[in-house]
Amino acid sequence: MSKNTLVIENLNKVFTTPNEQVIALKNVELTVEQGEFLTVIGPSGCGKSTLLKIIAGLDVDYTGKVELDNKAIYGPSLQKGFIFQEPRLFPWLTVEKNIAGDRSLKDPTIKQQVAELIKLVKLEGFEKAYPRELSGGMAQRVSIARALLRNPAILLLDEPFGALDAFTRSHMQEVLLNIWQTNKTTMIFVTHDLDEAVFLGQRVIIMNPRPGHIKSILPIDLSFPRKRSSLGFQEMRRAVLNEFEKVEEETYTIGAGI
Amino acid sequence: MTLTTKNIPQTQAKKKLDLSVMLSPWIVPLAIVGLWQMISSLKLVAPHILPAPTKIAATFWLLLANGELLNHLVVSGERVLVGFLLGASVGLVLGIVTGFSKLMQEIVDPSLQMLRTVPLLALIPLFILWFGVGEFGKVLMIALGAFFPIYVNVFLGIRLVNIQLYEVTGLLQYSFKKRLTTLIMPSAMPNILLGIRLALGASWLVLVVSEMMGTSAGLGYMIQDARAYSQTDIVFVGLVMFALLGKLSDSLVYTIERKVLKWQDTFKG
Repeated sequence: MSKNTLVIENLNKVFTTPNEQVIALKNVELTVEQGEFLTVIGPSGCGKSTLLKIIAGLDVDYTGKVELDNKAIYGPSLQKGFIFQEPRLFPWLTVEKNIAGDRSLKDPTIKQQVAELIKLVKLEGFEKAYPRELSGGMAQRVSIARALLRNPAILLLDEPFGALDAFTRSHMQEVLLNIWQTNKTTMIFVTHDLDEAVFLGQRVIIMNPRPGHIKSILPIDLSFPRKRSSLGFQEMRRAVLNEFEKVEEETYTIGAGI
Repeated sequence: MTLTTKNIPQTQAKKKLDLSVMLSPWIVPLAIVGLWQMISSLKLVAPHILPAPTKIAATFWLLLANGELLNHLVVSGERVLVGFLLGASVGLVLGIVTGFSKLMQEIVDPSLQMLRTVPLLALIPLFILWFGVGEFGKVLMIALGAFFPIYVNVFLGIRLVNIQLYEVTGLLQYSFKKRLTTLIMPSAMPNILLGIRLALGASWLVLVVSEMMGTSAGLGYMIQDARAYSQTDIVFVGLVMFALLGKLSDSLVYTIERKVLKWQDTFKG
């Protein structure tokens, strides 16, 4: 097994409310190799965000095996970067200070790394800008740079572009692919947008609710950069859609991407 | 697609030093003083009730020249400064402690909230009985006046820290110290500064009251003493001094506020 492999075996998670027990995740099995780009798609309530939070160490109340680099995950660590749907920047700090966070920009190494990351996320010229002066897409790129400064082995993204308009979103997807190809960081990207899942992922994990479980895993054998208008892309898109339609008892509304 | 630019966005539109903007706060006071002077010049009101502004200015100058005013000012200033610093630092520490710890909040806060509802000035007779009319009792009164606004606002400021940002500091493995200095304090700063402004106001208020009973120096004493001899002009000099000092300390905090909180994205009128 190569370094920084994520192994999930027989993962179960139950939410207990005063009235009932809800099975959020049932028997999840997944192995993610270093450098892979994985997208996770499913209707709300399928447990995709819960799965991501468990991998991040934000939720340690589960049964089963969740290991990164052969070590059980028992809490957050710098090995695992996390991007929320909201950028979550500190409003009183400039872009570069937000990226540096608890590290000092007076350290020339940090200063250099921050400058490189600002270049990577295409924010040159905005080093001294405050979050309120940034657009939604720019702010999200700052939060990605902040996560990357910690040099994570794996980046967990929880619908990071969900709040962005279609044009910004497709630009952000290209920025993210560029980062992935440059840094070789493992990416686990949760989305409810079918196009986004097919455009980014090497594998698409399809999840279903009640109880939350992995329904199927579809490899997307298309080379990067991908074209949404290409025949291959359309075929893969249809294949993912078919997986959802196999479940006849329940109807799902999936994001506007369909 | 390129979204990059070499221009750093304008953080603040440069405000022109507009003469009318600079003069606008003075319109109302100047009009009142003008009217006042007219009433006095026409002898519509007896001078021991309402002395003319020119008379007050002359007295002000006299008291300044013979050093009496400065003497009172130094005594009062010292009391306010020591009392404020004492009350503010205790308020800051207790506010931080109760803000952070739910347990400490449950132990300390209910008693403090009960104490807060007691009108401060009602404690003065008790303080005189306990500490006499010396400096200690006065400084303690002022400290008590400054304590509550700071305590309440520091506590509130900490509890208003965004939980989402707190989660980020956990994910990025911030140390406790870093969390305090880079998240909690900046986030609570608007409330802390508000607490300081309110505490300064309370300090001046308590000072005057405490100086009106049993002391031989200070601006409050000066006013009280002048009243006894019907020297209304000196009473007014004292009032003007308090207005100036209050405004000065308030502007000082306001200036700091504008500098420290320039990141805030709020309605500015």
